[in-house]
Amino acid sequence: MAQNVGNKNAEAMFHLVDAVERVNFPGNAAEQVASDGDSYVKTVAKRFFKNKVAVVSLVIFVIMLLTAIFANQIAPHPRDASVGQFQAAPYDNFYLGTDDIGRDVLSRLIHGTQVSMIVGLGSVLVYVIIGTTLGLVSGYFGGFVDSVIMRITEAFMSFPFFMVILTLVSLLGSGIWVVTIVLGVLSWPPLCRLVRGQVLQLKEQDFVLAAVATGYATPGVLFIHILPNVLSPILVNATFGIATAILTEASLSFLGVGVQRPRPSWGNILSEAQSLRVLAGEPWRWVPAGILIFVAVLAINFIGDGLREAIEGETKG
Amino acid sequence: MKLKKYIIKRLLTAIPVLLMISVGAFIMMNLAPGDPTDLYVSPDATPMQVEATRRALGLDQPYPVQYVRWLGRALQGDLGINYSTRYPVLPILVSRIGPTIVLMGATLLVSYLIAIPLGILSARKHGTWIDNLLTGGAFVGVSIPNFFLGLGLIYVFSVQLGWFPTGGMSQLGGEGGFISAIHHLVLPVTVLSAFYIANMTRYMRSTMIQVYGENYIRTATAKGLAAEVILTRHGIRNALIPVITIIGTDLPRLVGGAIVTEQIFQWPGLGRLTIMAIQQREYPMLMAITMLSAVVVLFANLFVDIMYAVVDPRIKYN
Repeated sequence: MAQNVGNKNAEAMFHLVDAVERVNFPGNAAEQVASDGDSYVKTVAKRFFKNKVAVVSLVIFVIMLLTAIFANQIAPHPRDASVGQFQAAPYDNFYLGTDDIGRDVLSRLIHGTQVSMIVGLGSVLVYVIIGTTLGLVSGYFGGFVDSVIMRITEAFMSFPFFMVILTLVSLLGSGIWVVTIVLGVLSWPPLCRLVRGQVLQLKEQDFVLAAVATGYATPGVLFIHILPNVLSPILVNATFGIATAILTEASLSFLGVGVQRPRPSWGNILSEAQSLRVLAGEPWRWVPAGILIFVAVLAINFIGDGLREAIEGETKG
Repeated sequence: MKLKKYIIKRLLTAIPVLLMISVGAFIMMNLAPGDPTDLYVSPDATPMQVEATRRALGLDQPYPVQYVRWLGRALQGDLGINYSTRYPVLPILVSRIGPTIVLMGATLLVSYLIAIPLGILSARKHGTWIDNLLTGGAFVGVSIPNFFLGLGLIYVFSVQLGWFPTGGMSQLGGEGGFISAIHHLVLPVTVLSAFYIANMTRYMRSTMIQVYGENYIRTATAKGLAAEVILTRHGIRNALIPVITIIGTDLPRLVGGAIVTEQIFQWPGLGRLTIMAIQQREYPMLMAITMLSAVVVLFANLFVDIMYAVVDPRIKYN
């Protein structure tokens, strides 16, 4: 869905073009005053913060991020220690009960937040770097380079994505970093196409032609003049990417291939419910983990949608 | 005639892609930890016996030679053997294809039958509470992890209410039959289709909103055509192209979704076989499944491209 962001609203994007230029060149900002008196970032932020659902989602995401950072301080019990009764429903200060070796479920969920955030943000960082670079190069140079990169992109996109990730992660040895890297290295093609499409439109624009004529070296043109104008669609794509990565990691860990115990992840906590005894008799051990994954993914999707609308300039009540 | 030529051309260009996939599979197989020789010799074999087995298996040859031999065998249907049972991979693989096709087919059918009307409804009621409700529902549908949905449905409908079986494809020792199959399909299909219903509804909605803004729709309205006629004769026809594109991207995704869903519902298809192959480190099996799903996706894409021509005669192939 994020793929369409740029192309569909080409006209809206061109508005942003000069605006982004200004934002990224503080030196020029003074001489180029926007018609409504606001900078581009401010305008988008204003529109974004008018969207209640997106703002609530952003608050939820920030809370989750802080939970991940301060997990050690927040968690009421140690992560892996057997501190309570076995398989107990919520009691005393074990607010979400305990698992089959007496570990506190809530503390494990809090630490599990770390996994989701590391995999989500880490893999997106990796794929944004790869996808943006290849997309810039592909779109700007065209010709042979372009067709090679595009063929590779098509090959990647026609693969059954999850199947390949599952196989690769299981071969390379599971773990949080393997999952992050494999997800990052395999997720770039849609972004690459998106950036390429934008560059194709931008490179005929006057300010790019002017930059080339002024004698900027190619990397300069690409990263100083073109990249800032592609940032908005990249940001939207990356936001949705975080949600997808969190969901994929949870699926892998659920299947026993991703993050391995004793390190808790929401996915591997949920996988304990594959035993009918836990599923039917001890709902406190799996329902909260499922709700957390759902809320995290939903919130990030709403943030992405809010960003997209704010950037496209749609005003929705 | 032109279409025939196009299909032949596409099949020919599929060959290098298939070769690329096979190289990828071969590299992955060699990434696998452990020496395959260990699986063929007894634990107390002498180093000399191990060496002899290695040579017999061709593992002492350089990688390119190994690859060509492996490819040659694969083309003849010899995909290796299952380490633990010593059965050849191919027949096991073939026996699992049927259940997966049933599951995926039912999912796609149900998803599109529900999503396309919902998307149209949402577009026609653009901006009303119905539209908002459907859009919100679509967000929930794409965000809910299918394993959580699956476990939740089993908990409510199988454990608490006892309406549906917790898993499997047919009753053990039961008479089976059509009714039993449907009974076993309800929950897994619900889980698997949640995402596709949500996704397709959103696409159908935005496409229809776009189509309704086109000049030919305005002309049709101005001519005084009834809303139903406009919808069926002008609207849906033009919305079909993006819909076909989505079917093309849905298929590769379905392979992954089916793995998780089959695992939860103990559905005896390829997905469960995949998990088993991973857990028991049956690498030849795992490679065979990866290759098979890549091939299926390749042909699905080809099918989608051909469908474009059927739906929209304006599209030319060259």
